[in-house]
Amino acid sequence: MAGKDPVNIVVCGVGGQGNVLLSRLIAKAFVNKGYHCTISETFGGSQRGGSVMSHVRASHLEAPGVLIPRGKADVVVGIEPMETLRILATYGNPSVAVISNTRPVYPMSCIMGEKEYPDLASIKAAIRTLSGRAWFLDATEMSMEIGDTLLTNIIMIGALVATETIDLTFHEMEGILREQFAGKVADKNLAALQRGRVALEQAIA
Amino acid sequence: MGNEASVGKITIASDAPEHLELLLGNAAIARGLIEGGLSVAAAYPGTPSTEILENLAKVAEKAGLYVEWSTNEKVAVEVAAAASMSGLRAVTAMKAQGLNVAMDFVMHVNLTGTGKGGLVLIVCDDPAGHSSGNEQDSRWVVRAGDFPLLEPTSAQEAKDMAKYALSLSEELGALIFIRSVTRISHSSSDVVFGDKEQVARIPEFDTSTGFSPTPVNKTHVTAKQKLEKARSIFDSSPFNAYVGPKTPKLTIICSGTGYQYSRDALTVLDNPDSVAILKLGTTWPLPTGFLVQHLDPDSEILVIEEVDPHIETALKNWLYDAKPGGVLPKVHGKSTGHIPAVGEMNPDIVAIAVAKILGISFQPREAEYDERAQQFLATLCLERELVYCPGCPHRASFLHIKNLLRLDGNDGFVAGDIGCYSLDRRTGGQRVSKTLFAMGSGVGVASGFGKLGRFGYRQPVFAACGDSTFFHAAIPAVINAVHNNSDVIIVVLDNSATAMTGFQSHPGLPAGATAGSAVSVSIEDICRSLGCAVEVADPYDTKDAREKLWRLGQLKGPKIMIMRRKCGLIAFREDGATYRVWVDQGQCLGESCGCNRYCTRIFKCPALVWDKEVGKAVIDKAMCTGCGFCVNICPENAIQREAL
Repeated sequence: MAGKDPVNIVVCGVGGQGNVLLSRLIAKAFVNKGYHCTISETFGGSQRGGSVMSHVRASHLEAPGVLIPRGKADVVVGIEPMETLRILATYGNPSVAVISNTRPVYPMSCIMGEKEYPDLASIKAAIRTLSGRAWFLDATEMSMEIGDTLLTNIIMIGALVATETIDLTFHEMEGILREQFAGKVADKNLAALQRGRVALEQAIA
Repeated sequence: MGNEASVGKITIASDAPEHLELLLGNAAIARGLIEGGLSVAAAYPGTPSTEILENLAKVAEKAGLYVEWSTNEKVAVEVAAAASMSGLRAVTAMKAQGLNVAMDFVMHVNLTGTGKGGLVLIVCDDPAGHSSGNEQDSRWVVRAGDFPLLEPTSAQEAKDMAKYALSLSEELGALIFIRSVTRISHSSSDVVFGDKEQVARIPEFDTSTGFSPTPVNKTHVTAKQKLEKARSIFDSSPFNAYVGPKTPKLTIICSGTGYQYSRDALTVLDNPDSVAILKLGTTWPLPTGFLVQHLDPDSEILVIEEVDPHIETALKNWLYDAKPGGVLPKVHGKSTGHIPAVGEMNPDIVAIAVAKILGISFQPREAEYDERAQQFLATLCLERELVYCPGCPHRASFLHIKNLLRLDGNDGFVAGDIGCYSLDRRTGGQRVSKTLFAMGSGVGVASGFGKLGRFGYRQPVFAACGDSTFFHAAIPAVINAVHNNSDVIIVVLDNSATAMTGFQSHPGLPAGATAGSAVSVSIEDICRSLGCAVEVADPYDTKDAREKLWRLGQLKGPKIMIMRRKCGLIAFREDGATYRVWVDQGQCLGESCGCNRYCTRIFKCPALVWDKEVGKAVIDKAMCTGCGFCVNICPENAIQREAL
């Protein structure tokens, strides 16, 4: 991504998964590093179990526009696999880097038995077809091991920085988490960040 | 979410010029208002406007502000106007639909003027209706009421305009509109703080004058004069800018998000050197002097704005008058079909329009990639509809209502309303709500249905109404139903919060926007004082709730049922899970049970899912908030819970 300006990141998932916080933490790290950064979010009435996405754009030149143009994502961070694929359909391109959680959140039509959630292997294959590089991890499972599903998004950040696709380091994100959280909450978040990094490093190895 | 006010030691109230902070657009607006010497802020929550007041409330004490959640937007603007009439600077913020509620007052304060303080109305439109029932463009209101209008293009400009608007209002003695949109209010960007204006004032109402819109023939003239003064100020406003060659082939005239999208569109088109951007930050009245100075008479024009052709129409009117008998330039936009007539804008729409006008090609991606992507989208991505959160008490309430309607068997229905319970109409709801209009309309519409009996109408009607909605707009309709003896059951779905917008307080709660005492007003006391039958039940006490609903259903005339249980998200955040919940798959009979998968097909909680491999229900531990209600619904008692 060296020299690319602005850097365009799409963060996506399902309302309630911590999409907004994930975007905000990355953006804070970019701003701390001297970047201009813009995040565009959808929340409010649109959060209840619906598809959500944030556009995070960082530039050395000026505050970037709020929306990424079609096909111009550099990195997609997906907290839900079907949502990751949905984003690629609009913002993907042959060189986009993708990191995605593999744990499905079932749409109501699947819970009701009207529709079937697609086979995870097919979704992963489609994501690989539409991207330059793709990494997968079950961040939800890892968060439950730590004891709080709210940490899924932090695990995703740990994995994201470990991919080295963006100009943010593990230590910089550690600093942001220490700024944002205190005491035991900070410890849990730092453990989640570490868990994500380890998971990604294992996936690569 | 939207938690912007507390930024380390420096907050949006700090005296910290040049400080740089990543701020939500609405938090940036709050900062700008504080820089502009704000004293009073009043609003009713409404996406995407809510965080303006929330951020002011967080620093109210430190910044010396009075901040309140008002019962509705009309009251909010009235409260703010009182401050302005007394010489203090004041603001109200609302979503577009809230402006409709405030309109009666707004369309008079234009004639009375705002006094010596300063009054700013920030309206946050929601193009595409991400969180709204329509995508109305509030800018038509400024034409109807002769209000000066500012439209920010970024979080930084939103801050700067908020500060400026307060002093401009004082200078003109007129209410100033700022029009934001979702993508400005709910986007964050790095914002540089400015100086705080020192406005120390003792409020005093000058009783030797007064505020009244009559005689209209005089006050309307004054309003027009203020607007003309605003035009001359706007002609040299730093919020308007021109970037491009002296004699462009095409000039993009844009406002709001349109400016950002236009810049990105030109980037993806490799910056054609024949295109200029003329950005308008002051969009009513049109800064015609600025246009004369910068608009090349031979350039074609493309107008980029959201949602309606507000600038496009005004620009064409002005060109017609400015060039009598002359050759008018081509104006492309919504009227020519270059830009869609409805919906939200984005950089791609602008790029396509510019490419078409310039006759150049634009293909963001290889056709083969596009084709594959669309194929995957169609085959592997299911629609994901909004649903009630796990643990939502409305899920239980609507199950009870549906149960009664089915037992009654006369094809009854619910007149729905605005709030989380509007989700009843979606896949995850019981779909018994058959009408959905505005705040409080459920009761009003039901009150009408309940009077059709004399014509032979027999379908029972429920009205749904949230607790915050009850105070906001439903009370007049409730009184109407009682006064006119309408045959209706009004169900107040009281989850003890304005939940849809992010859990703000309302008059039924003992908390206001800021710390300190707020008096709670009892919904049941109001209802009982009207003299009609009133019942209160916890929707999670199934037996009690259903019995009370049934009893009310047997009565003629207006009846009120209050279903009270705290919002599941708040309860979970405050107290964690109440129960550990699991499905005993040995007891679950699966598809062969005969219950038609009541738990997953009918009850529809995102945390209670179907285990495909064993053909039985299972709790998704990652989703369950442990409310424990679902143990009531399984005929085989396969769903179990244990108190935590």
